[in-house]
Amino acid sequence: MQDEPTPTELIKAVADFLRNEIAPEIKGHNAFKLRVGINALDLVTRQLALAGESDAAELAGLKKLLGTDGSLADLNRALAEKVASGEADLQTPGLAEHLWQTTLAKLAVDQPNYGSYKREIGRDTPHAKPSSSGAAHLRGVSKDGRKFST
Amino acid sequence: MQAELGRRVASWYPGATGIAGATKLSGGASQETWSFDIVHPRGHAGAILRRAPQGYGAAPGRAAGLDAEAVLMQLAHDAGLPSPKVMHVLRPRDELGIGFIMQRIEGETIARKILRDEQFAKARPLLARQLGGAVAGIHALDRTKLPKLRTSISSNEVADLEREYRGFNWPRPVFELALRWLRERDPGPPPEVTLVHGDFRHGNLIIGPDGLRAVLDWELAHLGDPMEDLGWVCTNSWRFGVIDKPVGGFGSREDLFAGYEAAGRRVDPDRVKFWEVMGSLRWGVMCGGMMQRFRTGPDHSMERAMIGRRSSETEIDLLRLLAPRSA
Repeated sequence: MQDEPTPTELIKAVADFLRNEIAPEIKGHNAFKLRVGINALDLVTRQLALAGESDAAELAGLKKLLGTDGSLADLNRALAEKVASGEADLQTPGLAEHLWQTTLAKLAVDQPNYGSYKREIGRDTPHAKPSSSGAAHLRGVSKDGRKFST
Repeated sequence: MQAELGRRVASWYPGATGIAGATKLSGGASQETWSFDIVHPRGHAGAILRRAPQGYGAAPGRAAGLDAEAVLMQLAHDAGLPSPKVMHVLRPRDELGIGFIMQRIEGETIARKILRDEQFAKARPLLARQLGGAVAGIHALDRTKLPKLRTSISSNEVADLEREYRGFNWPRPVFELALRWLRERDPGPPPEVTLVHGDFRHGNLIIGPDGLRAVLDWELAHLGDPMEDLGWVCTNSWRFGVIDKPVGGFGSREDLFAGYEAAGRRVDPDRVKFWEVMGSLRWGVMCGGMMQRFRTGPDHSMERAMIGRRSSETEIDLLRLLAPRSA
């Protein structure tokens, strides 16, 4: 077992230092690059916080949709192939819901400030959905979205 | 660069005594853009150089080529469209590579400023209609005067995109869904094949407080379905957060279409929607391509890497288009 602080704590400390101490000192194109770098560190902390749960939910969803076992990468490829061949489409029970949940989980890590994502999340919060893994995941997101937004 | 540019400036700008303030605006391995002032006794003239350095002449598959770009820009200018005047097409004796020099038009190309700064507040409500008129003018340019361009209609574009996506070996069920949707709804050859700008969106439009001043960057120009340009400018990736204003985050489809039809051309909204879906998928695949180049190519930059993480933005946009959730 590795010692602490955790990767999340370390990355967050570095990102906060860059954001609060260094960014105000930097001008021009390097200021832009620094912002991209800080965004990358923030993305990594979101992924460390959220991906465990969302990957597990995605894997469970894939197993249910496909009726087979396998790794997340293998099952995702299998689903892509089924959609490509037309064997699965939006009429397939659970497919649209699965794609929505996995896509929202990606946006929660990649770009929680993206307009379309904020709109779709706003749709979910007023009437909290029943206990699907997606709804649980979304509650975590709006909290973390605030916490990590720059 | 300043010295290289100044050496022969008088040969194409009579009376010029030199150049000043040469600044590189952008540049990759294959193409560069420079801004500079031509020094003349009657006053300075702002200019832009767009060039491929010597040894980088060959254009990749989709690019029209800098010589063709210069011809198109000049044709648009001559037709009275918002387009810079081409001042000089580079010749071998200029020793500046392949490319051209154009008039510099003052204004803004950065979307976030155009959508938020006070100085553009009066322009924003006018832009969609102005864009419709400008792009209608582009589509109406006389085909017999155009340089040699590739022809690409919907079926080619879907096939190209699919080939590129499959080349990544990066399975994405949402992209598969979009590819099937596009193949099933391929509208076929357009009633009229016209010049298509190919990259008509924020970044390639110079905007002033008075509205649209210039359309730039003909690198992706081709012959094809004119509705492609209307769909691309409506793609959510170019709304920069103002998602309820489909045209660039500043205007409505109705205004865009009205401007287009006022110029005497017809809009086919179903085709526009097809190209909008194609636009989201295309931007998503392009983000993936940049991620691949980050991994394998010489450009190991953070910016390239982070663009890879923007593919998911196009997935949510595709789902909103193809599988909208009920309210």
